[in-house]
Amino acid sequence: MHRVVKISKGLNINLKGAPAKEFTSVDTPKLYALMPADFTRVTPKVVVKPEDAVKAGDALFVDKSNPELQFVSPVSGKVVAVNRGERRRVLSVVVESDGKFESVEYKAQDVLSLSSDEIKSHLLKAGLFGFIRQRPYDVIATPSDTPRAIYVSAFDSKPLAVNFEVALKGNEEDFQVGLDALSRIAPVHLGICACQQSTALTVAKNVTTTIFKGPHPAGNVGVQINKTAPVNKGEIVWTIGAEEVIFIGRFFNKGKIDFTRTIALAGSEVKNPSYSKVVLGAQLTNILAGRLESRYENRIIDGNVLTGKKTVADGFLGAFSTEVTVIPEIVNDADLLGWAAPRFGMYSTSRSYFSWLMPKRKYTIDARIKGGERHMIMSNEYDKVFPMDIYPEYLLKAIITGNIDKMEQLGIYEVAPEDFALCEFVDSSKLELQRIVREGLDKLRAEMC
Amino acid sequence: MKFLRNYIDKIKPNFEEGGKLHAFRSLFDGFETFLFVPNDTSKSGVNIHDAIDSKRIMSLVVIALIPSLLLGMYNIGLQNAIAAGTVETTTWFSMFLYGLVVTLPKIAVAYIVGLGIEFTVAQWKKEEIHEGFLVSGILIPMIVPVGCPLWVLALATAFAVIFAKEVFGGTGMNIVNVALIARAFIFFAYPQVISGDSVWVATESICGLGSDVTVDGYTCATALQNVANGAAPVGATGELLTSCDMIFGFMPGSIGETSVVAIALGAMLLLFTGVASWKTMLSVFVGGIAMSLLFQHTMPENPVAQIPFWQHIILGGFCFGAVFMATDPVTSARTEVGKYIYGFGIGAMAILIRVMNPGYPEGMMLAILLMNVVAPFIDYCVVQSNVNARAKRVTKKN
Repeated sequence: MHRVVKISKGLNINLKGAPAKEFTSVDTPKLYALMPADFTRVTPKVVVKPEDAVKAGDALFVDKSNPELQFVSPVSGKVVAVNRGERRRVLSVVVESDGKFESVEYKAQDVLSLSSDEIKSHLLKAGLFGFIRQRPYDVIATPSDTPRAIYVSAFDSKPLAVNFEVALKGNEEDFQVGLDALSRIAPVHLGICACQQSTALTVAKNVTTTIFKGPHPAGNVGVQINKTAPVNKGEIVWTIGAEEVIFIGRFFNKGKIDFTRTIALAGSEVKNPSYSKVVLGAQLTNILAGRLESRYENRIIDGNVLTGKKTVADGFLGAFSTEVTVIPEIVNDADLLGWAAPRFGMYSTSRSYFSWLMPKRKYTIDARIKGGERHMIMSNEYDKVFPMDIYPEYLLKAIITGNIDKMEQLGIYEVAPEDFALCEFVDSSKLELQRIVREGLDKLRAEMC
Repeated sequence: MKFLRNYIDKIKPNFEEGGKLHAFRSLFDGFETFLFVPNDTSKSGVNIHDAIDSKRIMSLVVIALIPSLLLGMYNIGLQNAIAAGTVETTTWFSMFLYGLVVTLPKIAVAYIVGLGIEFTVAQWKKEEIHEGFLVSGILIPMIVPVGCPLWVLALATAFAVIFAKEVFGGTGMNIVNVALIARAFIFFAYPQVISGDSVWVATESICGLGSDVTVDGYTCATALQNVANGAAPVGATGELLTSCDMIFGFMPGSIGETSVVAIALGAMLLLFTGVASWKTMLSVFVGGIAMSLLFQHTMPENPVAQIPFWQHIILGGFCFGAVFMATDPVTSARTEVGKYIYGFGIGAMAILIRVMNPGYPEGMMLAILLMNVVAPFIDYCVVQSNVNARAKRVTKKN
């Protein structure tokens, strides 16, 4: 039997608009974009020009410091724009699909007969390596590194997240081949949830499976690493999303680049939240068409409510996003005497509100911060939702004060910004914790690398 | 409420940079956020936030203090009536009203001085006004004797807000409890208004309320003072205090500290809402009880050591300190293990000072201030054990 790890600290936020287990078809989007900002640490060097014809699998940009690490077009068609922002920073490379979804042709491979280096070079060539992230620093992995292990979390415990079993259905074989391929590089650890039944997960081969029980962030890969074998200084652990493992499997199985993923359109402002199959990087226009409520001004989020980025209706699906969430920007712009009013409809972990009386109720939470930023006042707020063996408050203070030694000692190598998302949610001082952690990781990496 | 929101939005530009009322920006900001929850939405990180904010937390503490304040007011009237010998002829309501009239100016002075400084600093540093003083401002009048003059209170408040809080960076950055620093300031700079026998009972009538106590130089000590002087714990009537008096707080003392029942009501609210840590609170009591039992058995000669442990707890400022002062999250230990040590230290130290210090019968204030200073060290040790475990993990691996 698999090892079972129980997590008690954490929080499941009951939001309205969880996706139903059914698929809604989407008119095939015309435009697709790859945004370099999704691939943390990568300085992009664009290798295509507008009007260039590309196939799925042709490089759009490469990593300047490591040109073999390439990021490829998800569809076939022609490049229509390379959008740049301040100081000519590349914001996105946009490809117009020709509707044929032709891929660069590769040979199907039996992964178990390949060596670690061969797998790596195949992944690099196919543009799949860019989906692998590493701890420490939570950045895109470096191909020349030898990781201690590769961690895959097969469930997302965040509110309104995709149920991976829905995405897995029909892709079981590709998923297993993906795991096989990764297992040639380093031991693979698969984290599954106690509620998952799919045999592709429960009896997955060539992996060490661990069952995690408990509230969010049990599904965060960082928590899973911390609870099984924490990252020590000097060690490197790679992580990859479960849907990206399917991409890898498809590539080796069929010799094709096929970045079709299952995404959820969820949130309180979505009519009939459900799943759709779309190709990575798709423009959101068709996905959202006719699906949104218009009660309030909507906030469209590329990704999860806890970790995603605010985007616009004609924005693009991020490279790592498995959902698009739509919530109200402001529900009530004249919220009178918030410090004293009972505010019955509001969700809070604090018992100064009444949401503790109705644990089953589902909430619409808008994007307001609902308070002013303060210094850290309350203690034990973060600890309650932070299951790792780390003192989050002290680590954050070390980051804020820029104390590198303290950051190291307090375990910064083990964390990613997403691990602090719940802390940021419950924080009564309303500090931007994920931004603070990201800056701390960047600062440390600049010092160490 | 839309019209109010619209009105505020309309006058807002006057207070912004370049507006003609820019000098009052912090004041306007303070009132705007007091009236309406800010409409700022998240720009990075999580897209949704918990509805709790520090304003609501601070308001809860103020609400938790109200029972103690109300009973304290009544007690002021009662003690005045006892001193004047008019208990039979005075109604409880006029006793309360008298206490209200005596206490309100103190609360007003503390808030005006403290908030005045806070608004000025917020304006100067271009920050939002922090609400920490909402709590300190009500705590300060509650922990001084009724006889404390207003100008001393104003001076103490100003000193505490500036030197215990603002110089460290405002709410959340202070090392020691602001309200207790105000009290400590009075204690060391004007000892005559906070100790001795003549400050605990109001002796002048105001606007026809209360009675003038005619006996020249009327004195009445707190129960703890009486014990320290080798007497029994007697009240203003000269009779032994009953347990009932002690628990309900019908005895001379600082305004808010006397009633255990009222404090318990506040404690329940704080514990239920999770604003105060039960770990800290519980361990203060454990520390206090342990220390008083220890002294009771080891120091038969000392009169303070010989009062039963439960009287130690319900007399003086022990309960008030344990519930409202020790649990201040900013100045308390912030790690969960640290809270046990910190709380125990306060309880034990308070009794130690009461018993060993012949000069002053109360020890809670100094105990909390001392442990405030030690708290970062306690946390350091707790956090260091995590650091060491992590370091050990690496060496074990190699």
